[in-house]
Amino acid sequence: MNKVCADPSAALAGILKDGMLIMAGGFGLCGIPETLILAIRESGVRNLTVISNNAGVDGIGLGLLLETKQIRKMISSYVGENKLFAQQYLAGELEIEFNPQGTLAERIRAGGAGIPAFFTRTGAGTDVARGKEQRVFNGNTYVMETGLVADLAIVHAFKGDTEGNLVYRKTARNFNPVMATAGRITIAEVEHMVQPGEIDPDHIITPGIFVKRIIHVPNAIKHIEQRTVRKRA
Amino acid sequence: MPWTREQMAERAAKELRDGFYVNLGIGIPTLVANFIPTGMNVQLQSENGMLGTGPFPYEGEEDPDLINAGKQTVTELPTTSYFSSADSFAMVRGGHINLSVLGAMQVAQNGDLANWMIPGKMVKGMGGAMDLVAGVKKVVVVMEHSAKDEPKLLHKCKLPLTAAGVVDMVITDLGVFTIDKKNPNGMKLIELAPGVTADEIRAKTEADFAVALNPG
Repeated sequence: MNKVCADPSAALAGILKDGMLIMAGGFGLCGIPETLILAIRESGVRNLTVISNNAGVDGIGLGLLLETKQIRKMISSYVGENKLFAQQYLAGELEIEFNPQGTLAERIRAGGAGIPAFFTRTGAGTDVARGKEQRVFNGNTYVMETGLVADLAIVHAFKGDTEGNLVYRKTARNFNPVMATAGRITIAEVEHMVQPGEIDPDHIITPGIFVKRIIHVPNAIKHIEQRTVRKRA
Repeated sequence: MPWTREQMAERAAKELRDGFYVNLGIGIPTLVANFIPTGMNVQLQSENGMLGTGPFPYEGEEDPDLINAGKQTVTELPTTSYFSSADSFAMVRGGHINLSVLGAMQVAQNGDLANWMIPGKMVKGMGGAMDLVAGVKKVVVVMEHSAKDEPKLLHKCKLPLTAAGVVDMVITDLGVFTIDKKNPNGMKLIELAPGVTADEIRAKTEADFAVALNPG
């Protein structure tokens, strides 16, 4: 079976449906699957629930799907960098479920690992715990959080082979490897596509079993959200 | 004279110990990195998936794949490692990080912390703050003592909580307080900024605290 697709629309063919749940990797604009996001925009699919740590910025990343009002609900930990998001939220066009970042990561990890729920201290005694089962372990209160599984996970990797084995680069790893495990279908876009054996098996971060389709994005544009530098001495 | 932002960060840096793994929040806490004593080995964790976070890059050497949790470009050190968001919060939630320094809107005398939302305003989200304060061994808050003459150190937080009973120390521009998480009346004023008096602080503070100034 061949996992390699010629282009993003071929990779998404037969998968996209209105109202589906999509996970999108990335932290801020770092390590986002932007080529696949663009292809989802072009497909016109609507009424999406998107799980992603952030919601892009205006005109970039998931901000592109907000422009076209394709997203109905976001599950995120922080959305502060997106003005359009605020407008749509305040107009009642967009729903948001805030999850603490670690809880979000663990819900995805658990979902991918077949664990329906777990207990965490995070959020105990706060609004986040409201309506959730709570239990005391060793004298501390823990909140039950549920695992997340998506209809589709889209991830960005630095390198991948035709088997779907993936390697990430620096902090562009972030949510990508966890989301790769938690999609019923996972599509990876990779900056460098290589043949099996070209990646040292000891260095593979996402084993190919988690990846259903893969596309090569040799000219992926990368964005810097906060350019901070120091002067040379 | 009240402490400046830099002086507050410098004071927070006195809580660092050799071998510590530390997470610094956005704003004044980030400045703590500038005051790590020479010869002390401190590794900075960025919850987006990096341990051993280096300084900002030289101009022209920015790498879009290399950012901290504030989405700022940073650099790699010889000690750096990268990991997923799930592993990152295993470090946080699992109690492997020694110290978290972060800002706050309100802190109560029992250690309750509010720093993520103001009802009626657009909420941006809690990011990793709830996980950090719930999981990290020692939590130090660095903040202005008052917000437009409204006290921020309170009997009870008025804003929605980030976490209950988690703050160990509060450093403001006027002084330093310790909080006893097991004793809701155990807050102590232990240091004063130069020229600031305990009476002045009492006038600007709602929380009850004992004065137990460190010698010197």
